[in-house]
Amino acid sequence: MLGFLARRVIIAIPTVILISIFVFALQHLLPGDPILVMAGEERDPELIAALREKYRLNDPIPIQYLAWAGNALQGDLGISLRTQQPVLELIGEKLPVTIQLAVMALIIAILIGIPAGVLSAYKKGTWIDWVANVTALSGLSVPNFWLGIMLILLVSVRLGWLPASGYVPLTEDPLQSIRTMIMPAFVLGTAIAATLMRHTRSAMLSVLKSDYVRTARAKGLRERVVLVKHALRNALVPVVTVITLLFGELLAGAVLTEQIFTIPGFGKLVVDAVFNRDYAVVQGIVLCTGIAFIFMNILADAAYRVLNPRMSEK
Amino acid sequence: MTAAVDPQTDADPLPPPRRNRAWEKFRRSPSALLGGVIVLFFLIVALLAPLLPVPGPTETDWSAVRQAPSAAHPFGTDEIGRDVLSRMIWGAQASLLAGVVSVLIAVLLGVPLGMLAGYLRGWTDAVISRFTEALLAAPFLILAIALAAFLGPSLTNAMIAIGLSAMPIFIRLARAQTMTVMTEDYVESARAVGIGHLGMIGRYILPNIIPPIIVQATLTIATAIIAEASLSFLGLGQQPPAPSWGAMLNVAKNFLEQAPWMALYPGIAIFLVVLGFNLLGDGLRDALDPRD
Repeated sequence: MLGFLARRVIIAIPTVILISIFVFALQHLLPGDPILVMAGEERDPELIAALREKYRLNDPIPIQYLAWAGNALQGDLGISLRTQQPVLELIGEKLPVTIQLAVMALIIAILIGIPAGVLSAYKKGTWIDWVANVTALSGLSVPNFWLGIMLILLVSVRLGWLPASGYVPLTEDPLQSIRTMIMPAFVLGTAIAATLMRHTRSAMLSVLKSDYVRTARAKGLRERVVLVKHALRNALVPVVTVITLLFGELLAGAVLTEQIFTIPGFGKLVVDAVFNRDYAVVQGIVLCTGIAFIFMNILADAAYRVLNPRMSEK
Repeated sequence: MTAAVDPQTDADPLPPPRRNRAWEKFRRSPSALLGGVIVLFFLIVALLAPLLPVPGPTETDWSAVRQAPSAAHPFGTDEIGRDVLSRMIWGAQASLLAGVVSVLIAVLLGVPLGMLAGYLRGWTDAVISRFTEALLAAPFLILAIALAAFLGPSLTNAMIAIGLSAMPIFIRLARAQTMTVMTEDYVESARAVGIGHLGMIGRYILPNIIPPIIVQATLTIATAIIAEASLSFLGLGQQPPAPSWGAMLNVAKNFLEQAPWMALYPGIAIFLVVLGFNLLGDGLRDALDPRD
């Protein structure tokens, strides 16, 4: 397993380098002199000079890239123009909020998506299957920011059951924290639930046709045991991999969800950075999500090997 | 020369050509047809927008600010008295345009790159594949937001950003399909008779990889429409006062208590058109599936 992980990490290195080149290239998309734009509206001459020096703007582009990448390797992704904080520190501050949202969304998605997928596969061709499929397709088609707006309208404005905004850290008041996060987590979880339902259904359909399920039934085992112990356990192998790969979707969904429910997380950070023209923050976020996504990919491969012993034997 | 008579013609008729079979399957799928009808409806509405008897999308009526739906304004009016129905009709243009143009960008850049990787293999494949992986590593919307931020907020830049973000899916698909086609006997034969690279790609590979590309393009239009709405919602797409469904929702969220209709209808429109493309894409996938 260690050898496998080491190989995967080595293979990922060129991809990480390419991501860093993209992120570096982003600043060259800015019209005009990137440093003037990056220095913000005040355009403090000292700051401009410092930035020019730091990014070696008088050197050729490859040297500029190497200087930038060298800083990034040491954890220096630049300074936020708005808060004057190091970008990495800022990301580290906001990330726990988004992780809480993402974990809650994932729990909701798993609780809805997997049972719905199992039921849909088990009742294939019946009205239950049809309803589950239509609901999943609707879940994939509904823009989650609109769903969020509609839920605020119904649950907060009309019924007054849950707050429409306001974040309370989990460590401060766990119950209130969950109360404020449950609606955004549901919004974020629906699209993921739809994807999970579709994957679970297709995995269950192929497992239900297999010989060992037929054997289990022939042995006279109860249907529930066949379904959960024999079929679902095997069908979950590809589903777990999919869950790991849904990380990107969760992060992207979080951008909009945090915006609607004014949650001070990673997603809100990127949108605020865009509007404050805080480009170092935008670059830092793209670089960090890219690297995290590669890490999640490696984790997905590892999970697949752990869950599927035949892969490990190979 | 007499035509050869197939002795089995009456007893065991040959199956219809693949294209007809696909159409037959598509025609028999109610969900695919429903998807097609929804898409067609929005397409017609978007194209006929200038001819429809509704007020102009930027025409303000200060005596009818945030008016609830009525006979004069079936979907109500917005915060400066503009007709919500009219803005939705014109907004359909922006949404469909963004969906189609960004997917065209993704297809026109991604398919040749993918074909090149699958056809030439070796170093070209390695470089293109690493490039694709790097692009895929940034979540679609975050990449689109970053590109739109650096390119500047506008509908055109949003389309470019969405197109570039969607490109890796097509590179991967075209690469995999090209590699599959390359193992077919007829490609081997074509190679044996000395057909050049361009002839091989144009006559043998491209026609065979088009069906899955069409399916993926249809499904990606759905994603692109949501992405455009999301970017416009964040203020990075269509700029006011030009109408767009995402931008309408952005304003509507500030008037939820006073004018909920401002948020209701644009959202339903996005949902319906995306559902339409998803149903259409699923239907096309089933119809064009060569395994059946």
